[in-house]
Amino acid sequence: MRLVESRATLTLTYVVLGIGLFTALFPIALLVLNSLKSAQEIVTNPLALPQAIRFDNFARAWKDARFSTSFVNSATLTGLTILLVCTTGSASAYVLARKKIKAWKLVTFYLLATTTAPIQLFLFPLYFGFAKLGLINNVFAVALVYTAIYSPFAIMLLRTYFLAVPREIEEAALIDGASSWQIFTRVMLPIVSPGIVTVALIIGLYSWNEFLIATTFLQKKDSLTAVVSFFLLSGQYSSDWGEIMAAALIIVLPIVILFVFLQRRFIEGMAGGSVKG
Amino acid sequence: MWLYLAPTLVINVVIILIPALLTVGLAFFQWDGLSAPVFVGLGNFVSLWDDRVFWTALENNLIWTAIFLTIPIAMGLLAASMLLIVPRRGSTIFQVVYFLPVIIATAITARVWQGMIYSPVTGIFGWLGKLGLPITNPLSQTSTALFGIATVDLWHWWGFLCVIFFAALRQVPQEQIEAARIEGASFWQMMRYVLLPGIRSTIVLMMVMTVIWSFLVFDFVYILTQGGPAFSSEVLSTLAYRKAFYDLNVGQAAATALVISLFGLVATYFYIRIQQREGV
Repeated sequence: MRLVESRATLTLTYVVLGIGLFTALFPIALLVLNSLKSAQEIVTNPLALPQAIRFDNFARAWKDARFSTSFVNSATLTGLTILLVCTTGSASAYVLARKKIKAWKLVTFYLLATTTAPIQLFLFPLYFGFAKLGLINNVFAVALVYTAIYSPFAIMLLRTYFLAVPREIEEAALIDGASSWQIFTRVMLPIVSPGIVTVALIIGLYSWNEFLIATTFLQKKDSLTAVVSFFLLSGQYSSDWGEIMAAALIIVLPIVILFVFLQRRFIEGMAGGSVKG
Repeated sequence: MWLYLAPTLVINVVIILIPALLTVGLAFFQWDGLSAPVFVGLGNFVSLWDDRVFWTALENNLIWTAIFLTIPIAMGLLAASMLLIVPRRGSTIFQVVYFLPVIIATAITARVWQGMIYSPVTGIFGWLGKLGLPITNPLSQTSTALFGIATVDLWHWWGFLCVIFFAALRQVPQEQIEAARIEGASFWQMMRYVLLPGIRSTIVLMMVMTVIWSFLVFDFVYILTQGGPAFSSEVLSTLAYRKAFYDLNVGQAAATALVISLFGLVATYFYIRIQQREGV
């Protein structure tokens, strides 16, 4: 849908939308700009262009934030979470979408309710339980926590994709003698694969950026995620903000590039999972 | 068929349901996380009731809810309705840029605002001070700390609402808009009588989610002020976290978590009812 408006309305619209654009971009521009400057230059004027293009901030940030290990940790954690959410989530979404069990309504409501449960409601016993089992600083254990938190969202989103598949396709496969597992893996999964990619992207984004769980469960130097490592680097008192912004840019850049190329999937996925239910 | 559901349910029950039930139990015990828990009945709730910081935190959560029920929703609606006027290509670019703050990690957003904008030494505020326009860092004052944090979250958040509302607005039937146009409706009349009613269910859903999320807010408060100065920006979730991991008073932390959940529960009831109506 598109409205056609008078010249004055159109101008006003562009001014207001432009202000929005500026508001969104200004802090991001400061991030990029100051990642290229020395600490002294930033103190003098955070808005000035860098005197010389220099990349030593990035080298120092990489070393001080221990990105060579924390990036591997973040990537492992994100990859594991995506794998777990997509496999367990698509099986559940299939069953719930096709109402294969009598209690489908109950299960759906239970999952909807857990999406809104505050993390603090289960965090403390979980932490002390994990501590007892020696699971603190264990990336796999944290991936399980992420899976529990994110899969209801993923299931609700995947459900809509399964609902869109015509029943006749399943029935045809059944007549051909396919087992239920074969129908699920060979027929259904390929059809809903765009939905799975969307879910993977969004869950990947969430896991990469997550802070509360990561900072609570991964505390040892060798098990920190990139975001938590950044948080600790930037929390020190003698702060070199050029280095901090460089570290920030290193974490943000891969996400932003991915987002710009795949923005439709991101936006539709995030909107779809929360709006359509 | 239950086998298909088993992995999801087992993980969910072990990570969320069982610990949640334990939290309910722990709220009635005094526990430091190490020694044996001691049953204290309603003792933890009584302590919270007498704790000034608890009331500040609760009040801050309510203020937070009020802010986020109005400002970002109004901003999102305004921008989204204006995007309808813009050609398709342009609206895509605006949407992508508005959405950028949503995808940046909260820890990074917090530090950019802290160091590059609010800081009196390295930030825009400090630079304006040097130009003779002194603005104090809102995070350092008890009266403004919460609003300083809320501003950061607003920046991070409103684009999400804008994109969601825009997606919903585009579903409003073209005939209704044409009809209003033929009758000579102005922009505001169009909003009031056609567009807003057309996306009513989306707005209500986002408001319910806002209430839920407002009681969960943690990252920005924890990173920007740790609830300070002098507990002025404490919210329930940071209070619970501090009680559990810094004061080692897990019982009171659990009691606080139950209070958070109570507010969430009311909102969740409405959330599930709306989802039900949407045809789960």
